[in-house]
Amino acid sequence: MTTTVPATARKPATMAQALTRALRDAMADDPSVHVMGEDVGTLGGVFRVTDGLAKEFGEDRCTDTALAEAGILGTAVGMAMYGLRPVVEMQFDAFAYPAFEQLISHVARMRNRTRGALTMPLTIRVPYGGGIGGVEHHSDSSEAYYLATPGLQVVTPATVEDAYGLLRAAIASDDPVVFLEPKRLYWSKADWSPDAPTEVAPLGRAAIRRRGSSATLITYGPSLPVCMEAAEAARAEGWDLEVVDLRSLMPFDDETVCASVRRTGRAVVVHESNGFGGPGGEIAARITERCFHHLEAPVLRVAGFDIPYPPPMLERHHLPGVDRILDTVARLQWESDWTEGRGE
Amino acid sequence: MTVLEQPGSSRNKSSLAGPPPTWQPRVDPAPLLPDAEPYRLLGTDAAARLDSGLLTRLYTQLVRGRRYNAQATALTRQGRLAVYPSSTGQEACEVAAALALEDRDWLFPSYRDTLAAVARGLDPVQALTLLRGDWHNGYDPHEHRIAPLCTPLATQLPHAVGLAHAARLKGDEVVALAMVGDGGTSEGDFHEALNFAAIWQAPVVFLVQNNGFAISVPLAKQTAAPSLAHKAVGYGMPGRLVDGNDAPAMHEVLTEAVERARRGGGPTLIEAVTYRIEAHTNADDATRYRSDAEVETWKAHDPIALLERELAARDLLTDDFVGATRDGAEQLAADLRERMNADPEVDPMDLFTHVFAEQTSQLRAQAAQLRAELDAEAAGHTEDAAGTDGSAEEARP
Repeated sequence: MTTTVPATARKPATMAQALTRALRDAMADDPSVHVMGEDVGTLGGVFRVTDGLAKEFGEDRCTDTALAEAGILGTAVGMAMYGLRPVVEMQFDAFAYPAFEQLISHVARMRNRTRGALTMPLTIRVPYGGGIGGVEHHSDSSEAYYLATPGLQVVTPATVEDAYGLLRAAIASDDPVVFLEPKRLYWSKADWSPDAPTEVAPLGRAAIRRRGSSATLITYGPSLPVCMEAAEAARAEGWDLEVVDLRSLMPFDDETVCASVRRTGRAVVVHESNGFGGPGGEIAARITERCFHHLEAPVLRVAGFDIPYPPPMLERHHLPGVDRILDTVARLQWESDWTEGRGE
Repeated sequence: MTVLEQPGSSRNKSSLAGPPPTWQPRVDPAPLLPDAEPYRLLGTDAAARLDSGLLTRLYTQLVRGRRYNAQATALTRQGRLAVYPSSTGQEACEVAAALALEDRDWLFPSYRDTLAAVARGLDPVQALTLLRGDWHNGYDPHEHRIAPLCTPLATQLPHAVGLAHAARLKGDEVVALAMVGDGGTSEGDFHEALNFAAIWQAPVVFLVQNNGFAISVPLAKQTAAPSLAHKAVGYGMPGRLVDGNDAPAMHEVLTEAVERARRGGGPTLIEAVTYRIEAHTNADDATRYRSDAEVETWKAHDPIALLERELAARDLLTDDFVGATRDGAEQLAADLRERMNADPEVDPMDLFTHVFAEQTSQLRAQAAQLRAELDAEAAGHTEDAAGTDGSAEEARP
């Protein structure tokens, strides 16, 4: 599946369109794939990601459910027990919380509990993160909750191509995947051809989006474009930044991350969710444990503030932007303030 | 201006349009309502039509179940089980649940429903794995079509709905029976499961064993509904209220509901009124929240005694039959005792085997760490052993 796509066959496509295409192809390839959730049928999802699926595959394959997240996920567990591959949509990040008991007490541990006799080939799609001017409860970055639960795979695409490939891989996985869709990238475009064969990335492999030598930015999902922009801007300051897109937070690709940090000697983790208790702490700890003797400076984090997600008119101050990343990169010089103990 | 004062609302009724098209006329709830009193067969004229074969089958299972409960409870005192939530007094519900299902059907038990799983044919030791603590679930759910014993309350109910729905989508005539206690009916998952089941007309039967208490909290503090079976009406499914200690009544009501579901008639909610004779578990002190007199009243309404009366009236309660039944139950208990008294073999490396289909690099590293710790432990033991026995001997000139 690695045929090169001729440039002429590539057309601008949005991430939302690539996700739709992934669902459609998965449903066409495997009759056990069922899409379910609130508004996924007639409406095609509030972000139109399931657009046309009910019409093409029927309401039994793309089902508008009652408004009940625990019920949606709980019934999906039973469907998976009977050999189906449900793809569940949780309409917004914070709407998924009622389903947490099902997720944590059953989905995540069913394989383990039954010694592999019952598996959970479930994909739980969660549009997540801010930056779209959503009102309260529509912009949470909830990845840390999922990461804290053994048995769940946590995947988040940042590019149009990955949106397709990773969703196909998630649906094909025999284990549950929390598939976090960065909603502010839904309308990001890339030249991409859904008709051309695309290599489906295995889950758990990070991608180096930009080669560099002086520091590594480690990021995922909605923060990738910000990091790419910051890396370009940093050239003016003499920084040659490498950018690693994790793509999958669990399984975590220690190998790619550590190899990069060993090359560059400096690392900054960038994500939208709050820093305290956020994924950045775990990533920084892993890097420190594995790459300590290669580090020229402490691993730093650029994260959202440790506050409940702010109202839309204030969210730009909360979300990590290019300037905050550049300021943090500047602190990697490991001199002045740091040596004086005034780093924070 | 209030709503009533709006122009054209109350003053000019003739100009009012009918209800908007999305407004659905109310369905007469009467056919869905449960009986005022729990449905009973034993001690009524209707008992005459019961099949003697069924009665003796139920009796055998009840006696075995009672003995199983007693043996499992004894095993907790010996430290062989971490805990055992006894279903003594509720055996009729457990047995009827198992016998009302066909092989192809699925059972979704709660943690108190070990007996239903055993009556369905599950190996008694495998059924106790969770409570013994050597693994969370001791059997392959597909083998007997029994979902893992569920500890969180009511969370297995949506699973039953999903499985039944999936079976119907695949064209299989499979019914799921989901068991829950009275306390579980207060959980959100109970509501969502019943709602989904009714909307999808899923072939699922919900069996609530109302045994009076959720640990220590009585039903009156759990619900203000006239009965738990009444809850069915709001979802659009029939509710049945049945005497949970009347084994043939339980069997009949469950069988009807299962057959109705299989025919495409949709879900049923059954409330079995019963009583937990023992405490919630061996860790509970039931004297703090209920009186001995109350327990004695319920003991007088014992499911085995009720059935014995009917069997005696039919001259079926012969010494031979009772003796053979008791011997069978003793054999079950003896086997259970013997097998449970053997230390289970646990492999620490199993901790990493079934987290994911494919181990992550992190889990591989942790497995290697544990392996090394185990090897060091084993080597230490060898050294210790050598130090006290062989090596000292060898060290002598």
